[in-house]
Amino acid sequence: MSAPTASRSVLMKHPVGLHARPSVKLTKLAKSFGCRIEMAQQAQGPWIDAKSIVKVMAMKAPRDTTLHFRAVGDGAADAVDALSELVRRNFDEDHADAPAP
Amino acid sequence: MTSSNVGIVIVSHSKDVARGAAEMVRQMVGPEVPLAHCGGDPGGGLGTSVESIMAAIAEAWSDRGVAVLVDLGGAETNSEMAIELLPAGQRERVVVCNAPIVEGAVMAATESSAGSSLAAVRSTAEELYAGSMVR
Repeated sequence: MSAPTASRSVLMKHPVGLHARPSVKLTKLAKSFGCRIEMAQQAQGPWIDAKSIVKVMAMKAPRDTTLHFRAVGDGAADAVDALSELVRRNFDEDHADAPAP
Repeated sequence: MTSSNVGIVIVSHSKDVARGAAEMVRQMVGPEVPLAHCGGDPGGGLGTSVESIMAAIAEAWSDRGVAVLVDLGGAETNSEMAIELLPAGQRERVVVCNAPIVEGAVMAATESSAGSSLAAVRSTAEELYAGSMVR
């Protein structure tokens, strides 16, 4: 029996893209799952470890990037769902008084 | 009873830099990481003092360890001196990270917030100087 796998893609509409604070939120959420999680800006990769704050921030993904997530292991489906939802919710920063990054 | 997360200490020559970096960590990462900062000499000028670094380490103490982020020369040597003055059993669990002070503190705290070990927290902060941010 092989480990569960899951993948999901989501369009990032956050005006500033994957800047510092969203990167921290995304990484923290990824780290709350036990499975291996990777992300990419293109479906064909390159894939990076979504639990690495340094690598996530180094992506510098701009607005309107489609982020691709894939996970292997326990909770894989929940993990890609939760991460995609966080991106879809604009990292919960969708309020007018959000300070600049 | 201490936090299950590695503590972060920020040591700058400037009190304002130290406070600002700590504020960034608090706002960006959250309250679950033990955090303390110090900066400036006792007279109010620029500098660092072994005493205030030791107090900051005590404030951010975690049995999982403490990662110290520093800015320039004296901050590092005084931090090393402060660590040497800690009692045995504590000094082995405090490390100075070779990382930029602001970015390193945010990266280290993010790693710590997930319950990572001191070695993992340090290597995440030090990854910054390994060129990972350069593309």
